[in-house]
Amino acid sequence: MDDLMNLQGQGHVRLGSSAGQALTRRDGRLKVTGAATYAADNRPDGLLHAVLATAGIAKGRVTQLDVAAAAAHPGVVKVYTPENAPRLAISPDEKIHPFVWRMETLTDDRVRYAGQPIALVLAETLEAATEGARLLAPRYEAEPHRVTLDDAEPFETDTTVFGRPATHVSGDVEAARSGAAHHVEATVETSQQYHNSIEPHAITARWDGARLEIDTPNQAIGLSKQTFAAFLGIDPSQILLRSPFIGGGFGSKAILYGGQLLAVLAARELGRPVKLVLRRDQMYGPVGHRAPTRQALQIDLDAEGNIAALEHDTVTLTSSFDQFLESASNASHSLYAAPNLRTTHHGRRADVGTPGPMRAPGEAPGSAALEIAMDAAARSAGLDPLEFRLKNYAESDPSTGQPFSSKGLRECYAEAARLFGWAGRPAEPRSLREGRLLKGWGMGTAQFPCPMFQAAAHATLRADGTAVIETSAADMGQGAWTALAQIAADGLGIDLDKVEFRSGHSDLPDAGVAGGSGHTATAGTALFNAGADAVRQLAELATTDPASPLFGAGNAGVTARAGRLWRNDDERSESYEDILARAGLDLVRGEGKGAREGEPERAMFSHGAVFAEVLVDPDLGQVRVSRLIGAFAAGRIVNPRLARSQLLGGMIWGIGMALQEEAVHDARTGRLTNADLAGYHVPVNADVPMIEALTVHEDDPYVNALGIKGVGEIGVTGTVGAIGNAVWHATGVQPARFPIHPESLI
Amino acid sequence: MTPTLNLTINGVPQQIALDDPRATLLDLLRERIGLTGTKKGCDRGQCGACTVLIDGRRMNACLALALSYDGAEITTVEGLATGETLHPVQAAFIAHDGFQCGYCTPGQIMSAVGLIAEGEAGLDPERIREGMSGNLCRCAAYAGITEAVLEATREMTSATGERESA
Repeated sequence: MDDLMNLQGQGHVRLGSSAGQALTRRDGRLKVTGAATYAADNRPDGLLHAVLATAGIAKGRVTQLDVAAAAAHPGVVKVYTPENAPRLAISPDEKIHPFVWRMETLTDDRVRYAGQPIALVLAETLEAATEGARLLAPRYEAEPHRVTLDDAEPFETDTTVFGRPATHVSGDVEAARSGAAHHVEATVETSQQYHNSIEPHAITARWDGARLEIDTPNQAIGLSKQTFAAFLGIDPSQILLRSPFIGGGFGSKAILYGGQLLAVLAARELGRPVKLVLRRDQMYGPVGHRAPTRQALQIDLDAEGNIAALEHDTVTLTSSFDQFLESASNASHSLYAAPNLRTTHHGRRADVGTPGPMRAPGEAPGSAALEIAMDAAARSAGLDPLEFRLKNYAESDPSTGQPFSSKGLRECYAEAARLFGWAGRPAEPRSLREGRLLKGWGMGTAQFPCPMFQAAAHATLRADGTAVIETSAADMGQGAWTALAQIAADGLGIDLDKVEFRSGHSDLPDAGVAGGSGHTATAGTALFNAGADAVRQLAELATTDPASPLFGAGNAGVTARAGRLWRNDDERSESYEDILARAGLDLVRGEGKGAREGEPERAMFSHGAVFAEVLVDPDLGQVRVSRLIGAFAAGRIVNPRLARSQLLGGMIWGIGMALQEEAVHDARTGRLTNADLAGYHVPVNADVPMIEALTVHEDDPYVNALGIKGVGEIGVTGTVGAIGNAVWHATGVQPARFPIHPESLI
Repeated sequence: MTPTLNLTINGVPQQIALDDPRATLLDLLRERIGLTGTKKGCDRGQCGACTVLIDGRRMNACLALALSYDGAEITTVEGLATGETLHPVQAAFIAHDGFQCGYCTPGQIMSAVGLIAEGEAGLDPERIREGMSGNLCRCAAYAGITEAVLEATREMTSATGERESA
């Protein structure tokens, strides 16, 4: 038994044959040839096309729908309204788990937000369904609405979302403030933002008797199968949910919305497959968004510039019927050494769709405000922004006192500052120019937590030396098809080329959610453990077989590498094929789980430093980012090529949040004025300057056995504040809101 | 009456009985012919995911009424590779990780093929960024896209040069 334990104990050492290599994507060929199949690409025989009609007011009732006109349109097969829509098995407001909002499924004539589904039209062609939905020509009885932070209904709450406390207090903020040398206040607002994955939300649903097949892009395949089953009143084993490729999720495809259930119900009632794809404008309502925030920060410093107290308050919006509050103030919990700390959140209810997690939820707006306040504090202390942050470097998590599992932030500051050329930055604003443009340099610190969820996986070694690995991972572009296979290959001790990866559907072991930057760590751990379990079984076969060269390997044990088991006490080895052949087995199958055991005793975060250069037109106030450089410490990097892409993508999201992205309400109707990609600006290629993301080496023996943190969301944090601080440096104007409007700078 | 449309799609002449005159070229390709490589992102010419080549020019297929392109030659992402050999732009997108989720990728690639053929951007990264800005990538793989277009331009230019000098 000793040698087997020894083998398992070497798992950590073995990781690295595939993991750590900058391989290109295993799904790359499918994606560049158009062969990768997304949900809306499915065309089962007998398909009906479904189009939603959505509300054009923010609050009130639908008083009239011209169902006759829609139904009479050639090709239209069915029109569902609250009068005749098929019903869910349970209440649409049932909270079967924390990740479910109201399932808007045409249960009544109320309008709770603009863009809410009010009818569903099914037709033989997409054109007929589209025209049918238009012909409904809804009439409304509108009621006064509230859609912004200014007019929404305040409420107090103990939790923000998913049970997170709304308030945290450590130390004594008032006492510290009374003795402080400097007191700095900053208020920062952030905008209402939309995920805007380029793939619209889509579902193709097909019933085969009692069996339901669903193709829909989904970030939490196992959980969503359970959710569908509960709302449909069927056994989860009757559902096959496929999501092999997700055309961008960013959080909006983690939580199901009512339209997906409506399509499934329609397919059941009509006895034909149904495809529903949201129009672009319909993605601005029912499928989540990042709520606007109004944040107030107070930082008190002693005479040397050390933080004595930090206070961070957030006011943010949720819908009238569900609660998701951006936990923005929590961004101040664990970043800087604040011995006295108070964070608070206040909710407001508005007639909007329920917000939801959007890439770095809470952290992104919270970091943006915190970094602006930190630069204001640095100025009051007369310190360079980087020097001030180093002075207030947290050696342990100030909110809990826990040590960090690892923290390579100093290296990030040093590397990114060196590459950027930060040294010698003049302290005064408006001191750099490029031609007639004002030039500014700013920085921010990036931080994101390292959660783990629950995942399970199988790994099967076959008689021919190849392997099958199985887990229902979700690849929304982060690279699960590639990075997870790399980890699994190392767990099995074989070449990646010999690994067949079955993933992306719900008949496989549950890989948990692709969210919170925890998917690679969680599903990767499950796959690695499954591989180790298979290898352990092989080792048991070989070391107890007198005919094997590994017989009696004893306490020294064996090591798995390149498809063979090697004795640790001499040079002998045996191939997996030979071990299985002699044992007369076709395969050995390992099982593994990925999860964090017990309550963590250390604070676990990825960190980074982002430096930005902006050019500002002094006459027009137009801001362009001209250079953006980030360095990140994110534990073991499984695939440097894909990790860089994730980090760059997050940083570019930071450009969007700092300078572009903002949904604007029409005060009269409560509708958005810019619910499309022409009016809602996201960064385009020409907005992206010279940009680089690098990673610093970081070993973390605590975060999980593989030492993997996360890279998917951290790039947004730090970047928004860095750009805002660069704008101050260029103009002398401290941003009071994001996105920064040109008129605020002239 | 069912109108008939003659299109050459990826080199293959096709006669298509169009069941609905309202169909866009995008919905014709995706829902009728089954060429689903071309993607719908916004259906109003704002994202570029549906970019195809029509008679050699890059166009948003969602804004093209199918009936008005009788006789046209259409190239989609499915028509770029030669057998197992990828088009240089496709290969460069993989090498430079010019995509993440892959949904905008067919449009990006067709746009890049069109841009290189236009010959306006050459090897100037700034002009490539500008010329590719009609194609949104929400994963923001822009750095990789620009690198891929640069590399493909170099490769295609040198290949053309070799042919000419031969």
